[in-house]
Amino acid sequence: MHAINYEAPSSLDQAVSILKTHGENARPFCGGTDILIQLRAGVRRTEHLVDVKKIKELQTLSFDAKKGLRLGAAVPCIEISDSDVMRKHYPGLREAAHLIGSLQIQNRASVGGNLCNGSPAADTTPALIALGARARIVGPAGEREVPVEDFVVSPGRTVLKPGELLVELLIPAPAPHSSDAYLRFIPRNEMDIAVVGVGASVTLDGDKVKAARIALGAVAATPLLAGKAAEALVGKKLDDAALEAAGHAASAICKPIDDMRGTIDFRVHVTGVLTRRALTIAAERAKKN
Amino acid sequence: MKKTLVEATINGETVEFLCEPRQSLLETLRDVLELTGSKEGCLTGDCGACTVLLDGHAVCSCLVLGVEAQGKKIDTVEGLATQGVLSVLQNKFLEHASLQCGICTPGFLISAKSLLDRNPKPTEPEVRYALAGNLCRCTGYDKIVKAVLDAAADIRSQGEGKAAAR
Repeated sequence: MHAINYEAPSSLDQAVSILKTHGENARPFCGGTDILIQLRAGVRRTEHLVDVKKIKELQTLSFDAKKGLRLGAAVPCIEISDSDVMRKHYPGLREAAHLIGSLQIQNRASVGGNLCNGSPAADTTPALIALGARARIVGPAGEREVPVEDFVVSPGRTVLKPGELLVELLIPAPAPHSSDAYLRFIPRNEMDIAVVGVGASVTLDGDKVKAARIALGAVAATPLLAGKAAEALVGKKLDDAALEAAGHAASAICKPIDDMRGTIDFRVHVTGVLTRRALTIAAERAKKN
Repeated sequence: MKKTLVEATINGETVEFLCEPRQSLLETLRDVLELTGSKEGCLTGDCGACTVLLDGHAVCSCLVLGVEAQGKKIDTVEGLATQGVLSVLQNKFLEHASLQCGICTPGFLISAKSLLDRNPKPTEPEVRYALAGNLCRCTGYDKIVKAVLDAAADIRSQGEGKAAAR
């Protein structure tokens, strides 16, 4: 790897000031599970790594029944998969964090890092989108919030401008009778990159759908919110016909690549299958809430 | 490139060392501190041969920077034996012939230690899950899993023995 500078500020202000000073030549550094590989491979270049793990706001995982979840951008995946709050209120997002890599990776990797890496196949990003998460960003020009579905702009690129830092993910409190689920297809049992990933959240009103969100990973240049597929479910029973329609609508917006891990046809087909299954699981969970 | 002074607790000892910010913890352990037990396999976090404990958590030391060790506690395979006496886990690996070429062994030992520290009575699936980030191309894993289960049982019975002696 080429020479770099390393700084580990302990406050948000310090971090923003360092990032601002170095602009495009600096990059926030968290678990290192993507960036160190990319720097070694020459896929990315940076002169300054700014380690954000010592900043309190980025390490906070706190839940409030009214305000929802604040998930610090640097909270490691292992903390999410071990959390009872996540298990109870956001099981789909927990599943996504739980199936990233090995324990060695989960001990270092974060949901915030997964998002900032900007991969279309990131597992936790569709789970965040399904939950209606917003990214709280701090930078030299102040603060802003961006819906997670708008965060990744192309493979490996995000809305973050030089000097900006993802501080936390803000996730709404779960509505009564709601829940979420995340499923992915990989050609082996564990530890692979999603060929298709689907996140879904469902809110029920009796036996009918009151609200739903569906998000897709690895089937386009960025993670996608399948808005129409979810909206068509509102007011309906989640029966076979409704699930079939949602699956078709989700498949219809896919623009996947064709590679050795999955052909276009296969990815489009699997998107429909996983959409139906994720909705079913989310609805089963929602009945219990 | 200017080197950074890092102070860390490595295998229970306070150690000061100099490293470049670009150097991985693995590189630092092996080339600066001459702790060559942790192995370089893939350098991408896939194989687990470089697994060490960072503040008690198993991590791939190839994906940690040496400078990140500042103020941290690091445990490597060199810390498992006490004054030349192998740990229970190490002995069980020998007993069950859980290694052939041996490159993956330090990583497996550390991942297994990490599991047994948290869960003294793991099931076989739990052992397999905890070791899933470590690749072995020689043994087919069965002998490693058996050694870890056997070590867990031994450590538990030793604990009970100690409790009874008290």
